[in-house]
Amino acid sequence: MAVIKKTLAIKNSPKHLLGIQNLSILEAQKILNEAKAFIKLNRSNTKKLDTLRGKTQINLFFEPSTRTQSSFDLAGKRLGADVMTMNMSNSALKKGETLIDTAMTLNAMHPDLIVVRHQDSGAPNLLSQKVNCAVINAGDGRREHPTQALLDALTIINRKGKIEGLKIAICGDIKHSRVARSNIYLMNMLGAEVNVIAPKTLMPDSIEQLGVKAFTSMKKGLESCDIVMMLRLQNERMKGSFLPSKREYYEYFGLTPEKLKFASNDALVMHPGPMNRGVEIDTKLADDINVSLVKEQVELGVAVRMACLKLYCK
Amino acid sequence: MKEKILKNCRIIDPSQKINEIGSILIDDNGKIKDLGKNVKISKSSTRTEEIDCDKRIAIPGIIDMNVFVGEPGFEYKENFRTLTQAALAGGVTSVVTMPNTKPLIDNVSMVDFIIRRGRDKSNLNIFPAACLTREMAGKEMVEFGLLNSRGIIAFTDPYQAIQNTEIMSRIMDYASDMGVLIMQHVEDYELSKDGCINEGEIATRLGLQSIPSIAEKIIIERDLTLLEEFPCRYHINQISSQKSVEVIKKNKKNGKKFTTGVSINHLSLNDNDIGDFKTFLKFAPPLRSENDRKSLISAINSDLIDVIVSAHKPEDEESKRLPFTQAATGSIGVETLLPLVLELYHNKSVDLLKLIELITINPAKILKIDKGTLKVGSDADICIFDPDKPWKVDANKLKSKSKNAAIENKSLQGKVLMTFLKGQLVYS
Repeated sequence: MAVIKKTLAIKNSPKHLLGIQNLSILEAQKILNEAKAFIKLNRSNTKKLDTLRGKTQINLFFEPSTRTQSSFDLAGKRLGADVMTMNMSNSALKKGETLIDTAMTLNAMHPDLIVVRHQDSGAPNLLSQKVNCAVINAGDGRREHPTQALLDALTIINRKGKIEGLKIAICGDIKHSRVARSNIYLMNMLGAEVNVIAPKTLMPDSIEQLGVKAFTSMKKGLESCDIVMMLRLQNERMKGSFLPSKREYYEYFGLTPEKLKFASNDALVMHPGPMNRGVEIDTKLADDINVSLVKEQVELGVAVRMACLKLYCK
Repeated sequence: MKEKILKNCRIIDPSQKINEIGSILIDDNGKIKDLGKNVKISKSSTRTEEIDCDKRIAIPGIIDMNVFVGEPGFEYKENFRTLTQAALAGGVTSVVTMPNTKPLIDNVSMVDFIIRRGRDKSNLNIFPAACLTREMAGKEMVEFGLLNSRGIIAFTDPYQAIQNTEIMSRIMDYASDMGVLIMQHVEDYELSKDGCINEGEIATRLGLQSIPSIAEKIIIERDLTLLEEFPCRYHINQISSQKSVEVIKKNKKNGKKFTTGVSINHLSLNDNDIGDFKTFLKFAPPLRSENDRKSLISAINSDLIDVIVSAHKPEDEESKRLPFTQAATGSIGVETLLPLVLELYHNKSVDLLKLIELITINPAKILKIDKGTLKVGSDADICIFDPDKPWKVDANKLKSKSKNAAIENKSLQGKVLMTFLKGQLVYS
């Protein structure tokens, strides 16, 4: 399916990485190319550069995160930046400080980069209006997680050589997923055809306007797909008004070797982590190095984040 | 006060179906003495003050049925003085004030306070509304009779809907006997939970929890079903979607008696205008799609909507400079109500006479007040405006104490030139 160009609701100033939505294809390719160079470095013995020496990077995490936070942490350190990580989920906000005040406070410390994760969609956009440094979105609400989509793209390119012309399925809780949204924009932009598969209650309204085909059946949605991206199902959504039970979800939407057969023969499986084994993905499948790219995603995540930090740091 | 004559104006008064060039004569008590083409000045003309309106339009002073005044408790957002300045600059001479103040207007002593305060600090015609339920908790009805006798014009829990069907049925049953006006905000909380934007592509792109339009429809349908059993004076504060219009159409066809309002915001803007998380465009109910907006306009044309309100909701910066999900809803609007209404006339959406009807005589009829008309003998509350004058909205120049204008920087056409209150020139 062709990329659908729309007048976008969000303006992304070039200084910040707030989302894929307004990233141009050239900017995306630039980040991916830059990241390729870091893959080798990360596999070598001396991993440290001084590209960002003397620069200060603040990781501002309002929502708990393990992999994204450590990945950004490591990426900054490998480039020689001074990295400070602030876990805000139990600090100033509880004392009633607003996001703007937090931003102003940090800004007074003259950072060069702020990496932010926030539970509210659009929070990094608001933050970026109030600081003088570059803001990198490490996930906001259910809106965007741009570096995750970029690392997914890099992982696919690394294995399949290209993204253009591939057919990619994204399965799971699309409604609440920022990873799904960023991947839809990026994969579409890079010329892939995207299917989304979810139970009706977890499918967002008007999702087809984003340029994807929506399915509620794994069999139909996975047909001839080259990449199957599974999404994490949050615990609180496993039962109650969205879904009847874990068991039923696994039966219809969990990825098993049998269901993977609906996809093309050489289909590869991805997952942004952390995985719920036996809920959205069969545990053996998750560990099968012939089909699962999960570990590679984590590895290339550091490279992609190094590229973003380097390119956005002024 | 001297006798006044407003000469050479185009008089539009839907209450008398007048649309003609003529004069309005105001007697020395501030009442309308005569109007039309052939107005005669009885005494020697030197004793009569003459004002030439240069063919501008004269309409009855506008009645805004949904205004938040901020007193008591939120004086930092708005007070009677600033509200009055804003209203008069917008040609609004009568307002229904919302009771969600601090403390709430839900008992008799608060009514006395608000009426006294309004009288001392404002020359507007203030018609206070009281809460529908005690502490706005949606559980126990307030003293409809006592409050009504002290000057409460209507009962509403602003931006809150009675969720419990039994309680709503009792309220309507009791109100039907008391003859009081119930104004309901229509929203099902379970369906709108955590939501802050219309359901659709924009919500999906912005990653925000949405409020589907059925959340509105379902409460309207419930209330109108109850209305069959308990025929009280029932008014829907604001509708926002096509689905609601359809329900209203069906029920009006069946002969049910109720009235419906819409905010000017929902007639002028849609969810696409929210852009990059502009919190000034966060509303309750949320701005809907362009399709919904159009259906609201056609509902006006087919007499399904009775009033247009400004839904004036001043908010300070701290309540708006937040991530979209946390920000307060609403926008100021009493001053820009008329120019935005005129936009619907300029873009040929609705006939001018119809529009004026929805902001003058219709609210007066719903509220059962002797306003919104230029009939001989009524108070000379008059708004004179130039329908074509272009200007650009600059929130800092608006009179309201808060600056949260959803239409900041918008180019408008039409401006109020003079406002008269009981015959006195109070804005020019």
